[in-house]
Amino acid sequence: MDLLLSSLHILMRWDVVFALLAGSVGGVLIGAIPGVGPAVAIAILLPATFSMDPIVGLTVLLGIYGSSMYGGAIPAILINTPGTAVNALTTYDGYPMTARGEPRRALSLAYSSSFFGGIFSVLCLILFAPVLAKVAPMFGSREIFLAALLGIILVIVAHKGQSLIAGALAALGIFIQTIGMEPVKYTQRYTYDQPFLQSGVNLIVVVLGLFALSQAFVLLTSEDEKIRTTKLRGGLFQGLRELGRHPRVATVSASFGVLMGMIPGVGEFTAQFMSYTYAQRTSKRPEDFGHGSSEGLIAAETSNNAVPAAAMVPLLALGIPGEALTAMMLSVFYVHNVVSGPGLFQNQMDFVVALYIALLVLNVLVLVFLLFATRPLIQVVKIPNRFLGVCVLTLSFVGVYSLRNSASDCMIAAGFGVLGYILKRLDAPVVPIILGMVLGNIMEVKLRAGMARVKTPWDFIDRPIAFILFIVIIIVLVSHVRRVWLDRRELKEAEWQTKTRSTRFGGLLSRRKNSLLKARGKTVRGRHSLSHRQSTDQN
Amino acid sequence: MTTERERRFVGPRRGQLIFALGFLAVSALLLSQITGQTTWVDKTAFFAQPRFWPAIGLGGMVLLGALHLRKMPWRRFTAQDREELVKWARVIEFAGWFMAYVLLVPVLGYLPSTLIFVPLLTRRMGYRGPRMFWLSIAFALVVVVVFKTFLSVKIPGGMIYEYLPGGLRGFFILYL
Repeated sequence: MDLLLSSLHILMRWDVVFALLAGSVGGVLIGAIPGVGPAVAIAILLPATFSMDPIVGLTVLLGIYGSSMYGGAIPAILINTPGTAVNALTTYDGYPMTARGEPRRALSLAYSSSFFGGIFSVLCLILFAPVLAKVAPMFGSREIFLAALLGIILVIVAHKGQSLIAGALAALGIFIQTIGMEPVKYTQRYTYDQPFLQSGVNLIVVVLGLFALSQAFVLLTSEDEKIRTTKLRGGLFQGLRELGRHPRVATVSASFGVLMGMIPGVGEFTAQFMSYTYAQRTSKRPEDFGHGSSEGLIAAETSNNAVPAAAMVPLLALGIPGEALTAMMLSVFYVHNVVSGPGLFQNQMDFVVALYIALLVLNVLVLVFLLFATRPLIQVVKIPNRFLGVCVLTLSFVGVYSLRNSASDCMIAAGFGVLGYILKRLDAPVVPIILGMVLGNIMEVKLRAGMARVKTPWDFIDRPIAFILFIVIIIVLVSHVRRVWLDRRELKEAEWQTKTRSTRFGGLLSRRKNSLLKARGKTVRGRHSLSHRQSTDQN
Repeated sequence: MTTERERRFVGPRRGQLIFALGFLAVSALLLSQITGQTTWVDKTAFFAQPRFWPAIGLGGMVLLGALHLRKMPWRRFTAQDREELVKWARVIEFAGWFMAYVLLVPVLGYLPSTLIFVPLLTRRMGYRGPRMFWLSIAFALVVVVVFKTFLSVKIPGGMIYEYLPGGLRGFFILYL
């Protein structure tokens, strides 16, 4: 009770209340504009939050993070264009509902599902906080190093079909964070005797380049689209009642969101995929999925909104961000000398609970705002792309320049902007660079500290948590290698089947070995074993 | 005809080969300079060497970049690759606009620079009507007022503010 009161005391300030309002409304607006997204907004606003108290700054950023997905559902449902990347699945069932004349029902259901997901995850985490407070101190340097290593591996393997380039880009992130003066031996690393490189490449500069400037370039080089929005009539409250008819789908999807959110590098997409698959498999009408199914919409929206609160767990408990947005938030902790990690749960539990309560209040504020302001809000999707690009470019300047008033930083950011633009054109992932920078820095510091007390390699994993993390890393790597091997085999078989050239009979048999052994082989072996048994019977 | 390997590749074909080759070349070049750009410190553990993490990063870039290149289903440049390269180069124009804005702010000040930059770039993007002009002016004003006046972000006053009379000079440096 004392903890709750002291947490509420932290939040009972006019600036925190204002931050909550600004974050929630701003997040919805940003989410509703296709092509901007929370990453761009958070990157731009980061330096502005440095002059605020940590709780105020984090509340604004969390507000944007948590509420952007609510807003992202609006264009996803009305114009078949997801406002944020994680709303892509919402278009599957949301837009067909609009097409058959039920936009109000779809929006209302999306808001209610998002609200349920948000509240469910915050409540889970508030209940889970005492357990975290007990587990977090068991993480020393070695455990944090292994958790960061696991995070980086998960981020790489999560990019199915792109794991090599994701790994190369994560390695680029690790390299970038080493540039500058090395803090222990005071030696220069890749500075080429340039003064502006001696202090290193700032994370926020890279974030702004890769997210904000690159997005501005994408918008500036794109064409404007004519958007026709649907008129909404009637109230938006019916979704709450409809959600109540599908408690199982909503609860399971929210649980997937919480679980996937807590694992670094996994996030919304996996949670949505699992929830959607579960909802479809257990539905009485699976054929409706993708054609305007209310269960599909609930699964997609509940799971993605359950992730933001859960994603704060590795950040707060271990100081390890699991994805780009929480990596950006980590820099707010750095600037204010708030050390996120096990110590935070031991010494500043009220701060942690205050953040969770802020998220809880935020979800209520956003729902109320959306229920009454959806109609005027629809207009923001009409902002022309290229003008939006001008706006993002102008705002990016504030983010980069206000950091250190350095033109060199702006030049580096512009360089990363061009790199981000190229990566977006190639559909290559950008997030591994950011996580490589953040987790690379954590790994460098923690490995150095951890190895100081280690005599043999075995000592590094002789503690229970370290050993468990090590085993998990091995399992993840082995299962990834197995998946790659299976994909490769499948590709070879598919290639062989479409091959038009003549093939040697021996080569043919060796390539088809597996399928022969599986299908034909089973029949033949079965027949042989049968005849063999028969012969013994006769004897 | 598209092969099975091409069908399974994530992402469009255009530009992939150029990027993979460029990435590998830059990574290999950086790795080749590791002895000159980092130091090996005597009597220091291997994992604590200043060279250790740059080697991990660059080693990973070279190794995984090379494997990515090897796995790529294409070995020849096409006309689409060249067109894509031109598209990438076109973006440098907007990076130039951004840098011009950056260099203008310390001279003219945040408000005047933004009031010049936003309408000019809006015009460059093809919006010539008075409605978009006034919208861009309004946007520029709002950005300066929100960030500099209310949120007090650290953007220094312009050099021309020095020529303003006493009270106005202080106001402009602090708030605009």
